Amino acid sequence: MKKSHIFGIIIIAIAVMIIVATAGDASTYVSFKEAKTLSDAGQNKKIHVVGTLKKDATGHVTGIMPGDNKVSFSFIMVDENNKEQQVYYNSPMPADFTKSEQVVIIGSYHADQFVADKILLKCPSKYQEKEIS
Amino acid sequence: MINTFVGNLGHFFILLSFITALVTAFAYIMATIGNEVERKSWHAYARQAFFVHAGAVLGIVGSLFYIIYNHLFEYHYAWSHSSITLPVYYMISSFWEGQEGSFMLWIFWHIVLGFLIIGTSRNWETSVMSVFALIQAFLVSMILGIVIGDLKIGSSPFMLLRDVMNAPVFAMNPDFIPEDGTGLNPLLQNYWMVIHPPTMFLGFALASVPFAFCMAGLWQKNYSKWVKPALPWALFAAAIIGVANVMGAYWAYETLNFGGYWNWDPVENAIFIPWLFFVASIHTMVIFRKNNTALKTSIVLVITSFLLILYATFLTRSGILGNTSVHSFTDLGLSGQLLIYLLFFTGISIALSVINWKYIPTSDKEATVYTQEFWIFLGATTLCLMAFQVLVPTSIPVYNAIIEAFGGISNMAPPADQVSFYTKFQLWFGVALALLSGTGQFFFWRKMDKDKLKEALVTPLILTMIISAAVIVLAKVAELAYIVLLIAAVYSIISNATILIRFLKSNIKLAGGSVAHIGVALMLIGIMFSSGYSEVVSMNNSGLLIFKDATDDMNQENLLLWYKEPRKMGDYELVYKGDRAEVKGVPVYIDKNMLTPTDKAHLVIAKEGFSLKGKNYFSKGDTIEVYPENTYHEVSFTKPDGETFTLFPRSQVNPNMGLIASPDIRHYFNKDLYTHVSAITNPEVEREWSETEEFNVKVGERFFVKDYVAVLEGIERITESDEVKLQEGDIAVKANIKIYGEDQEYTLNPIYMIRDRMVGRIAAELPGFGMKITLMNIHPETDSFTIGANTSQKNYIVLKAIEKPYINVLWIGTFMLIIGFTLAISRRYNEFRNSDKDPADRIPKGQKKEKPSKRKMLEA
Repeated sequence: MKKSHIFGIIIIAIAVMIIVATAGDASTYVSFKEAKTLSDAGQNKKIHVVGTLKKDATGHVTGIMPGDNKVSFSFIMVDENNKEQQVYYNSPMPADFTKSEQVVIIGSYHADQFVADKILLKCPSKYQEKEIS
Repeated sequence: MINTFVGNLGHFFILLSFITALVTAFAYIMATIGNEVERKSWHAYARQAFFVHAGAVLGIVGSLFYIIYNHLFEYHYAWSHSSITLPVYYMISSFWEGQEGSFMLWIFWHIVLGFLIIGTSRNWETSVMSVFALIQAFLVSMILGIVIGDLKIGSSPFMLLRDVMNAPVFAMNPDFIPEDGTGLNPLLQNYWMVIHPPTMFLGFALASVPFAFCMAGLWQKNYSKWVKPALPWALFAAAIIGVANVMGAYWAYETLNFGGYWNWDPVENAIFIPWLFFVASIHTMVIFRKNNTALKTSIVLVITSFLLILYATFLTRSGILGNTSVHSFTDLGLSGQLLIYLLFFTGISIALSVINWKYIPTSDKEATVYTQEFWIFLGATTLCLMAFQVLVPTSIPVYNAIIEAFGGISNMAPPADQVSFYTKFQLWFGVALALLSGTGQFFFWRKMDKDKLKEALVTPLILTMIISAAVIVLAKVAELAYIVLLIAAVYSIISNATILIRFLKSNIKLAGGSVAHIGVALMLIGIMFSSGYSEVVSMNNSGLLIFKDATDDMNQENLLLWYKEPRKMGDYELVYKGDRAEVKGVPVYIDKNMLTPTDKAHLVIAKEGFSLKGKNYFSKGDTIEVYPENTYHEVSFTKPDGETFTLFPRSQVNPNMGLIASPDIRHYFNKDLYTHVSAITNPEVEREWSETEEFNVKVGERFFVKDYVAVLEGIERITESDEVKLQEGDIAVKANIKIYGEDQEYTLNPIYMIRDRMVGRIAAELPGFGMKITLMNIHPETDSFTIGANTSQKNYIVLKAIEKPYINVLWIGTFMLIIGFTLAISRRYNEFRNSDKDPADRIPKGQKKEKPSKRKMLEA
């Protein structure tokens, strides 16, 4: 076998390793129910949940509880299967949180509580203005 | 009246530029493949077409700038990206805030580069410009704005607002013009954002040039000659994209509040991947220039780099990143067109390569361990693997889209903790790069063998160990991976410096590589310290529970600072001193309490005059101009050793984006203290005041409001007042109430007046403290007064502070990398320019082509 072939094989091996490792570390978009099942099964990998904030009949966001010293807060999120879940977030409320159209949270269950490490917001008007005033 | 003329003119220029781009491409192709007689006239015609095209593009740019500059808000682009109060230099950034404008920037740079290619590439002009003009035609098609049925080709920046928006106002009045635009995204109102996008798009445009040379070479069966002219262009492209990346990183560090300069966000990755491939292709081209090997690899890498630029364009502009990126991009419905653009060039470059593959000359030289080429090749391979590792997870949304296009369901998401995920791979690639770039340098001059290599390595290795040990001990590097990275980087610096010293004595022009390598090694060290050892110093150790039922491991990384109340943070004592405004023409920030707002957001009235160093900036009652979006929160820092300084982290309130925080940074030579607000008292929300608490006091008597001592100093009759216009017959008195704050005393003057037997009370508010005092009643019979006090929450900010050690090493490394690139560009360009004197390098005008050779060589 020529040196160049060995070299090629090593490169391919590393590439395959990268793909396998990525597949292993990739997170998933799941619902709260699936997330809970995963966590009960002892898997504490961080997952993505997509949903919206809970709103009352008049369209106001409800269920937001700021922490006493304002450096963290919790809120109620409704996932795509309409399951409600209280979510804790260990930082102050992100700007424009209540105006968001869609929320993606990344985190995991700790017992019965969902703790989000990161919140991604989708705001309808973030860059594209929709209304003329 | 709506000005439709300039829009129509702009649109005409777009059509003209699209047609002329196609004509240029066609004419250049004819000039390349035509016969001897035709060629000359096609060539002249192609140039003319390109000049007309350039004029048309300048016409587009001019028309759009005219629209923005003259505030023609009947146009959607001006309305959604600019506003009346926007300063001119930010109008330039609003020009490329939108997708259409950024495509135009890219197109504009293509024009500039087109002229450079025409001017410098001699015999290569016709074939290279054929490819280049074709790329340009695709770019212009992105802003064509032609709609045929359901098919939309391009998105024009010259759309009228009424055609884009379905607002009811246009049904009533089609000529309606909004008074003001919605303004430029405040995050982009930063000087880095004025220069970062043009630099990035210059890089994007430059990326087409080596590709065009490579395609021209394959097409003209001139398989190896294209490398020489393409190499300086590839270096130029990599240098500019690198600089643009660092500018973007520095902008993020300075403006965004995620606490770093690089976040492994898909948008950042998208451009990092082709950059790595460019650098790899430069290295294989250097090998080819040295000993005629690695040509096939160079061709593959140059093509891949350009295709990855197109892929990056597709990722960031098609909206496919959707849920995975914190950056939002407007989907203009161009994804199909972008995909065609990507697939078209993928198709022709693969086809051209495959057809010519077996004719591409190869060399049967086996690279041995004791040649420099071997080490450079390993380095290039590492760069490609590094890029591949970023590419695989960044493309996850693409896999989902493909699976869903075939009816499957895929819910794969990017790794939850992107930073640690990428770091665990990239760190080791970094180690490999440092080791390779260090070792490769020893083979520069002479043929090495085992003994000579040992001899050459001894001194640098000893030096490496001594210096690394010193750094590890002094800077307390404890983690194994970081120790390895540090040693590898120090080794790279020392061995490259050894070579650099020799170059300084002989020929500085050859030093580009070693300077750039030292730069990279310094960047690795800077990144390792500033990210690996970045430390949150604003830990909340108040012991206050946040949620009674929350988990225990919640440790907060933010500090709540109440107005004027000192609070400890590590060694520092912090005091939040209030909110400041930025007044036009005044070099320092002005206390917001000194300014009375008017109904125009950018105009305020001064309550007091202000002068600094003998210069009077404004007087009491003056109307002055402020930047209404910005609020600076003054926070003073005091250390036990007496060091004091003030930082002004900024917040912006924008109707579209809500609250945006930007950091303020204290730079030390060996670290940065990085602070930003995480939350502030919401200025939009009306204060909730408590029930009035009443005090019955006599003059000189004390009372307590919110634990502050207050004293009624006296009462006096007034005949005029700032707060209210007094009329004939009014009786008005004001109370002088002194309040003892933490660091100063305040006087409040609530007013009590009688007009036409009616009582009026004007309360006085102590801003920031959440305290409002009213003179409720006067009791002449007991010589006492009723004072009413309402309280509400004090102003506060929530602050996060991070220490980033040795971040300056990263910036120094960046500068060295740029210097290295510059040296290399000038060297390689001179090689190409002087090659005309060497007849062997000249392409004959005729159809004489290289003889295909089928020699085998080491090709990976």
